[in-house]
Parts: sequence; structure tokens; C-alpha cells
Amino acid sequence: MDMSLIETACDIATAIAFTMGSIFLLIGAFGIVRLPDFWSRLHAAGVIDTAGAELILIGMMFQTGWDIATLKLILIAFFVFITSPTATHAVSNAAFVAGLRPLDLKKDETEETLGDVPTAAIPHRSGAAASPGTTSGTEGNA
Amino acid sequence: MILFIAGTAALVVAMLLVLARLYIGPALYDRVLALNSFGTLTVLLLGFIGFLTERPDFLDIALLYALINFVGTIAVLKFFRYRALGRGLGNRDGAEG
Repeated sequence: MDMSLIETACDIATAIAFTMGSIFLLIGAFGIVRLPDFWSRLHAAGVIDTAGAELILIGMMFQTGWDIATLKLILIAFFVFITSPTATHAVSNAAFVAGLRPLDLKKDETEETLGDVPTAAIPHRSGAAASPGTTSGTEGNA
Repeated sequence: MILFIAGTAALVVAMLLVLARLYIGPALYDRVLALNSFGTLTVLLLGFIGFLTERPDFLDIALLYALINFVGTIAVLKFFRYRALGRGLGNRDGAEG
């Protein structure tokens, strides 16, 4: 009686977590397709990487019981939680350095606030700018 | 079991949508972003396959895929920024040309 009650509670928890996680996944994927701009698509990707993935992994944890699979799921959730925002930050940093700006930007204040930010590191966006070797010295992080 | 099948269906729909952005993305960084999200969804799909086929070994593959996805994203970004993967980031003098 007691074990079946626990199993039922775990099933209900899994159902709730899977439902919310699937909703977040679909919202994020729909936003990645439909949003108009790279910088707004970053938000949709963040919804997928944190809320959707973590909720689905938590829902899986309720179904394993306590064995080694739970530990593996906790490790997967930990690594996804750490590495996904880092990768998203790296993508946005690279896009910013490459000269990508929001769509309806009224005034680009990059040079007056940050100084000389190189925007010519990517050859297909550089145009008539200087050679790529001159930009790699001033930009610190990667 | 019906829970896992429903979750897999939603996950496959999300993967197809992200794959559409990966195909039509106008800039390179849209594609890299979609590739990163696709990798995260692939980790979840591997977990679902492990539960649906009752083989927990798939969780090891999912764990490995989560790590390789991160390293791959960073490697793609580094390649398109420096046009080379061999040199370290500190070796700025040798990065000319």
C-alpha cells in the first residue's frame, strides 16, 4: 500500500514536470523560429536550455528510484545547467564582436561607451575594414 | 510509459522547429545558436530513448553528448573567429595571417 502510494506520487510529479517542460520546450523552439532578431532568439534559446531541459530531467529523476541512473541524471542536469548559459554567452559575445546589432537599433553607442571594439574579426562581415590580424590584439576575452 | 511517449513527441516537434531555424538562419550565429539548442534537445532525446527501451546505458551517452556539445560549440566559434584551431588564445603574436 505504501509503495504504490509513493509510485503514484512519483508518477504525478513526473507528469507535472514533463507537461511543464514540454510546454517550455515548445515555447522556446517556436520562439527560435518566429522571433525576428538574433538577440531576441537568444532569449528563446535560454528558455530551452534552462527551464525546458531541467524540468524534463527532473521528471526523469522521479522515475528512476534511487540508483545509479539518478546520479547520472543529476550529473547531466548539472552540466547542462552550467554549460548552456556559458555557450550562449560565447555565441552572443562572438556575434557582438562580429558586428551584429539589434534590428531596430536607433543609435549605436558601442564606440563611445566601450572604446575601440573590433568588429572586423569575421571576414565575411569585415568589408573594407582592416586585416583580421590587427583586431586580435585589443580584444581580451574569447 | 505513456508519459515518456508524450514527452518524446513534444521533444521531436521542438527539434524539428529548431532544425528549421538551423536551415534558414540568415546569419552564422543564428545557426550556431540553433545548433547549441539542438544539442541540448538531443541530450534529452537520448534520455527518453534510454527510458523507452529500458536501457539506462543511454544516460552515459547523454552525459557524454552534453559535454561534447559544449566543447563543439566553443570550437566552432573559435574557428570562425580566428580561422584556426591549432593556436592557443594567448599566442597573439603568432596569430597573424
